[in-house]
Amino acid sequence: MKAKVGESKRGKGANGTDGGRLMELRLYVAGQTPKSLTALANLKKICAEHLEGRYRLHVIDLLKTPQLAQNDQILAIPTLVRKLPEPIRKIIGDLSDQNRVLVGLNLLETEGGK
Amino acid sequence: MGKNRNGHAPVSAERLEKALTGIAGFDEVTNGGVPKGRPTIVCGGPGCGKTMFAVEFLVRGATEYNEPGVLMTFEETSEEMAKNVASLGFDLKGLAARKKVVLEYVRIEPAEIYETGEYDLEGLFVRLQHAVDRIGAKRVVLDTVEAIFSGFGNAGLLRAEIRRLFRWLKDRGLTTVVTAEKGEGTLTRYGLEEYVSDCVIFLDHRVTDQISTRRLRVVKYRGTSHIADEVPFLIDERGFSVLPSTSMKLSHVVSNQRVSSGVADLDEMLEGKGFYRGSSILVSGTAGTGKSTLAAHFAQQTCRDGERCLYVALEESPAQATRNMKSVGVDLEKYVRKGLLRFEAWRPTQSGLEMHLLQIHKLVEQHKPTAVVIDPITNLLLGNRNELHSMLMRLIDFLKTKQITGFFTALTSGRNKEIEESDVGISSLIDTWIFARDVELNGERNRCIYVLKSRGMAHSNQVREFLMSKEGIRLLPVYVGSGAVLTGSARLSQEARERAENVLRQQTKVEQRRVLEGKRKALEAQIEAMRSEFAQEEARVALVTKQEERRERDLSQDMLEMVSFRGGARQGKTGERNGRVGDGYEG
Repeated sequence: MKAKVGESKRGKGANGTDGGRLMELRLYVAGQTPKSLTALANLKKICAEHLEGRYRLHVIDLLKTPQLAQNDQILAIPTLVRKLPEPIRKIIGDLSDQNRVLVGLNLLETEGGK
Repeated sequence: MGKNRNGHAPVSAERLEKALTGIAGFDEVTNGGVPKGRPTIVCGGPGCGKTMFAVEFLVRGATEYNEPGVLMTFEETSEEMAKNVASLGFDLKGLAARKKVVLEYVRIEPAEIYETGEYDLEGLFVRLQHAVDRIGAKRVVLDTVEAIFSGFGNAGLLRAEIRRLFRWLKDRGLTTVVTAEKGEGTLTRYGLEEYVSDCVIFLDHRVTDQISTRRLRVVKYRGTSHIADEVPFLIDERGFSVLPSTSMKLSHVVSNQRVSSGVADLDEMLEGKGFYRGSSILVSGTAGTGKSTLAAHFAQQTCRDGERCLYVALEESPAQATRNMKSVGVDLEKYVRKGLLRFEAWRPTQSGLEMHLLQIHKLVEQHKPTAVVIDPITNLLLGNRNELHSMLMRLIDFLKTKQITGFFTALTSGRNKEIEESDVGISSLIDTWIFARDVELNGERNRCIYVLKSRGMAHSNQVREFLMSKEGIRLLPVYVGSGAVLTGSARLSQEARERAENVLRQQTKVEQRRVLEGKRKALEAQIEAMRSEFAQEEARVALVTKQEERRERDLSQDMLEMVSFRGGARQGKTGERNGRVGDGYEG
């Protein structure tokens, strides 16, 4: 269970993570629900700790812009979409399991295969 | 669980409002369609047609009932879906462009989803709401919503969300069709029917003897009467069509009108008037007993009366059938040209029973005949007698409600047998049953025909011999004597014998009459002779009398003269007389 955050500034991390690349993130919420607020707080924390200066984050409230849900095929709320780098990855839930979020964002090597 | 949740609705006391689906036959089976403003589950195995059902429900709503709809697909993209249903004549893209339909594809890619903590499916609701708002949708189709189970791990949460979704749809009064995959031993794989308590429809597609049949069953329909039987349905170029089976009531309009069978002798056996209009007639018999010929005569008669007839031939091509019928004096081609007769032929093996039924339905709708001939109906059957029975029942039912006379022929396999057991099953459906069979006697095979039953009329109980010629059909009384029925040459020789006897009797009669006449003439002559004799006598007597009188008068004159000559004593007294007389003399 090695947990090593990628260090290089550009390109793939030595261990195959996307640690060094610019991340474009979107967080889809539907109103100010407790789950959404928790997710946003958790995300901000992760970004501050692991992506300092290397990410762009948009928070999209589907109650205001429902038409945006289709493009990213949003079903679950909250959903964090990593638009860049490709491929697109989706992380759903309130992002309370930080390790899983890091794996999902490919900032952390896969834990135990999945 | 679901039941309790819905139990709250105070509207349940009122009649459940229904929304017409526009799917042919389905609205009849359910007495008006699916529950309005509520979700309905349509479930079944792969390829059972549930998506077609759902899409047609949506398209018909948008085009025929002015109820725009949202088609939310989970497995096929909007493009794929549009392409798939284009073959049914549905233009989803066009409808979407006209804002009648919104196509919303929900893609679920398990590989790219990581779950971290709590979530819900609010995104689905948001999207649905947005789609509904865009066109003011009244209908929704979710095909197949249970696909979410493959994308997300938390089954308990998904169930709760699906329940919430159904409630949400109901609250918004959206008439919804939700498709679901059949499960092992359950209606749906994920038990969705648990959450929809109003209406569940099960579609089945099975193949027996290489012939596929599709069936639909209304598993549950709360607060409404519906047909619980399996009913067949079809998907063809016109879309989805359900064939309503028997209407549960036997409430056909009955007619007292009679229609000729086209064979005068047969009419005569049926009170001299023929069949009842709108009744069902079955002619059954072994091969070559003249069933088709009778059918052709009936068809011809119908057209001759200026009515329309549909002739479904399942044994011969139209060309062959018309040619063959010409040989017995029936010209069907003429009526085909006139447009009165519609001649259709297809191979019975071509499709399942349902397809036959549907084809007949369609032809009847198009041609609007007053009589339908199916020759032979047994050819529709491949394997299962029960199926034929139920199909025949539906067919007859359909024809009866339309007051169409149905004329069917049935081929029975046994030779010289009495009614076959299998035929008894369909007897109850048939109003007039004519049985044709052959009789072998003296090295000949002759056809016989009799009316086994004919409801509502005093039909003949005679067995007639069936003769076919260029002039058509004759049904001759057979010779019945000394415990045997004689047909063919045996009948002919018997008839010849009878004829000879007859002639003899006739001759004797004539002779007797002649003798009598002679006697009468002789007598009359005698009378005449006597009468003239008498007349002569009479004349003679009259003459004699006259002569006698004259003589007497002359005599008395003479005597008077003599007296006056003698004169004298009696002068005074006789003087006057004498004087007068004397005057005469003197003058």
